[in-house]
Amino acid sequence: MYNLKSIVASILFSSLTLPASFAQDRGLEIAQNSDKADIGYKSSESELQMILTNKQGQTSTNLLKNKTLEVPNDGDKSIIEFNSPKDVKGTKTLTYTHKSGDDDQWIYLPAVTRVKRIASSNKSGPFMGSEFAFEDLSSFEVEKYTYKFISESMVGTEKIAIVEMDPEDPKSGYTRIIGKFNLTKNYRVEELEFYDRKNEKLKTLTYSDYKLYNNKYFRANALNMVNHQSGKKTQLLFTNYKFGINLSENDLTEDNLKN
Amino acid sequence: MENKNSKPISSFEQRVVDFTTKLIKYKKTVLFLSLLVPILAGIGFSKLKFNSDSKIFFKEDNPRLISYNKMENLYTDDDNVLIALAPKSGKVFTKETISAIKELVDSSWQTPHSVRVDAVTNFQYTRADGDNLIVSDLITDIDSLTDEALLKAKEIALNEPILFNRLINKDASVTAINITCKIDTNEAATPQIVNFVRNKTEAWKTKYKDIDIYISGNVMLNNAFSEAGQKDGQTLIPLIFLIFLVMIYFFTRSVTGSLSTFVIIIISISAALGVSGLVGINLTASSSNTPIVICTLAIADCIHILAAIIAYMKTGKSKNEAIIESIKINFVPVIITSLTTIVGFLSLNTGDVPPYADFGNISALGMTFALLFSLTTFPALLALLPIKVKVKNSIDVEKKGFYNSLSNFALKYPNQILVTSIVLLVISSVFTLKNQLNDEFIKYFSKSISFRTDSDFINENLTGVYSLDFSLPAAGEGEINSPVYLNYLEKFAAFAKSQPEVVHVSSFSEVQKRVNKALHNDDNAYYSIPKDIKEAAQYNLLYELSLPYGLDLSNQVNIGKSETRFGVTLKEVKSAQMIDLATRLETWLETNTPKYMHAKASSLTLMFAHIGRQQVKSLISGAILSALMITLILMITFRSIKYGLISIFSNVVPAIYGFGIWYFVFGYVNLGMTAVFGMTLGIIVDSTIHFMSKYLRAKRELNLSTEDAIRYSFENVGRAIVATAGILCVGFFILAQSTFMINSQLALITIIIISASIIICLLALPALLLKFSK
Repeated sequence: MYNLKSIVASILFSSLTLPASFAQDRGLEIAQNSDKADIGYKSSESELQMILTNKQGQTSTNLLKNKTLEVPNDGDKSIIEFNSPKDVKGTKTLTYTHKSGDDDQWIYLPAVTRVKRIASSNKSGPFMGSEFAFEDLSSFEVEKYTYKFISESMVGTEKIAIVEMDPEDPKSGYTRIIGKFNLTKNYRVEELEFYDRKNEKLKTLTYSDYKLYNNKYFRANALNMVNHQSGKKTQLLFTNYKFGINLSENDLTEDNLKN
Repeated sequence: MENKNSKPISSFEQRVVDFTTKLIKYKKTVLFLSLLVPILAGIGFSKLKFNSDSKIFFKEDNPRLISYNKMENLYTDDDNVLIALAPKSGKVFTKETISAIKELVDSSWQTPHSVRVDAVTNFQYTRADGDNLIVSDLITDIDSLTDEALLKAKEIALNEPILFNRLINKDASVTAINITCKIDTNEAATPQIVNFVRNKTEAWKTKYKDIDIYISGNVMLNNAFSEAGQKDGQTLIPLIFLIFLVMIYFFTRSVTGSLSTFVIIIISISAALGVSGLVGINLTASSSNTPIVICTLAIADCIHILAAIIAYMKTGKSKNEAIIESIKINFVPVIITSLTTIVGFLSLNTGDVPPYADFGNISALGMTFALLFSLTTFPALLALLPIKVKVKNSIDVEKKGFYNSLSNFALKYPNQILVTSIVLLVISSVFTLKNQLNDEFIKYFSKSISFRTDSDFINENLTGVYSLDFSLPAAGEGEINSPVYLNYLEKFAAFAKSQPEVVHVSSFSEVQKRVNKALHNDDNAYYSIPKDIKEAAQYNLLYELSLPYGLDLSNQVNIGKSETRFGVTLKEVKSAQMIDLATRLETWLETNTPKYMHAKASSLTLMFAHIGRQQVKSLISGAILSALMITLILMITFRSIKYGLISIFSNVVPAIYGFGIWYFVFGYVNLGMTAVFGMTLGIIVDSTIHFMSKYLRAKRELNLSTEDAIRYSFENVGRAIVATAGILCVGFFILAQSTFMINSQLALITIIIISASIIICLLALPALLLKFSK
């Protein structure tokens, strides 16, 4: 893994020598590059398995389907469809991520064939009893955070930058997120550490099993979220990634959610 | 003293004499070596930890602990701090109070190790807004809060089953903030949380003087265990040292003798605690008072030796001669009395409660060291230090009048004494069994510990501190949403609420009803279980997606959605009634629900409710074993089976008298008192040993008649027996001042038992000897 000494040394070094403005600029630059690397994918879909594990090691699995549409100059729009547990099969959530302001969210409940709006204050709450909060799952938008570059170092043959991301939204469940960006691999995210509202380490999300799609877009096929406080884990395993699918803004509306 | 005895010295005694002579010769080496012991033990001190986790009262394989831990793993932890707030105005729903509460709620989220904060202000008020479900804090914007809005909020809170009698009382005059914490085995967590909460509330209180604060909860319980231990350590231990120093001086009139005794006590205690630290024994509120116990018991050894030295010196012997003589006559009695005490303490190991095994082991270690040091370091120290004694021409002017009349009385009315003792024994046995076991953990603490008074306030004015929890399984994954399951939950909740001990019930079905209503335009007709599992599951999904950070359902629902937690809050009731309620609830489940839903109650409250009974059961074997061993030791010492058997009477009966009397003192027996039998047995046997050995010496070596031998015993040890008992009673009286009630009540009954043992030893024992020697 990472050489702890060099990380610590570079943290010390950076805090002593780097002017604050440089740290901000460099952090922002990395985030922008990371965001840019994804531009142009247009749309994608994937199937995913969400595996919940409690402290005793008992697991519970949910099956979901995800469709995402890239929206130029705003956040992505996405649909998550639930295939299991069986009693929520067919339930769908629709999310409009926005670069600024609250995201919009709706849910379709097949049992009553109704679409309901989900209150926006929930973004910090857990998604389906998992260790992922809603905000962890919505698309990454540069504008949602302020940045502070911490360090950069070589790990093997790859250059890894560590950047602190402070959420702008007061409703966020986090005071800060420490991100590891892989500069060698198109600025993809390798790991995120989440610090809760009392600034204690809450969770670590590790991205693994990266695959390159369309020769351009990195997608991690396994996301592993560990909650350090509760000892619970949630794994997201993605399969059947497809890009450039037939998906338009019309498909992603409140009204069309019922179909 | 013993100068009537002109018997030639035995080879064993010669060896003791040689041993003591060498001790005196090499006194500086002995002293140096004995100083090394506490220094080495000091290393152990650094490893000595105070463990305040309330779970340490239970063995790892305790089935109730296992199910309690299992519950903690299934749901968010149970560790909590409950901060009750009582505005002096008696009104929670005023703008000032609500904004003050909100401020405290906000800062409570900063509590170290906290995972959740519940209060009236951030209650997730769920309702309809047109076709949408709105979930938000009950109090959102303070600034624009109108009187009307406050009145409405009050109405909602009082009608909300989750809040009513839990976080708000029926007059809306007392409310609470509940902070859920995740502690695990982190020892530093409890003080961190408590310090944070206390600092925050104190700072808050300077701003809001008109609101009183009361703090309880499991975290505070753990803290109270360590606070009680520390408080006692700071006040009682110095107090006992001081009182004993004065007492020894009063008895011996020798400054150096008193100081030497004091040295022996200090090094015995530090060696015992040091070794405990080295072998990894943790101190607990139950064992932190062992210094008092060791001090009290170790003093007896020294006093016997010192008193004899001074007596010999008064007859004109040199100091060293006096030391040698004293050790010669005290060597065996000191060993035997220490040995029986050690056996008694070790018997606590058969118990089911680790802190009491520790208590026994640390005390046994202390007694072992006290024995060792009082036979080596003590004489060496006295040989080094000057002792001034005025030589008296007339031997001993002790007042023996009282003991003479006492022996005359015992010899005159043996039958009456025996009959009375046996009648009292029968009566005591009846009342001993009438004592009820009661372990309400709040009552473990005296009213000088704020946890006790704050918890009492909360019990009286807001909710209950005791609780029972069930994890109720549904038919399978996702089945908690099935109407069948939810309706059973509803019925169970209704049954639980109808029980007289119950203050509050929290059931997952309440959540479902609330959401169902909100999704049907707040129509009260829909305040019911959804008709269909899919509907319920999807509503629940929507509801879960609407909950903010930290206020999710993980404290109520497991990850597979196959079990929910069912919480019952109790009034302040006795342990027996808690167990009875738990059984009633379990039986209801067994008779009224499908098999998969059957579950046992589990909670800290219930674990403590059972602890006394379990401890008694497991200690019985230890008590019998130690009684047998002590009887065996006595048989060997007395070289007689008959006298060994006779001694059982004077060793066992006092405890039965003690518990019989206790019925009229409190009538309730707690965890600590279950240790009493083993502990006192080893202590009270000492007076029997002293009395019997003098009696046998008179009979065997001086060839006195039974009557005269009894008189001889009275003359020689009557006063010493009463004096020793006096010292013990003073020591335990100080322990009775402990803020930890299970220690203080243990001390109190020990005083009663020791007093009873004196009467038995000086009246019933002589009567028995008279009866059986013919």
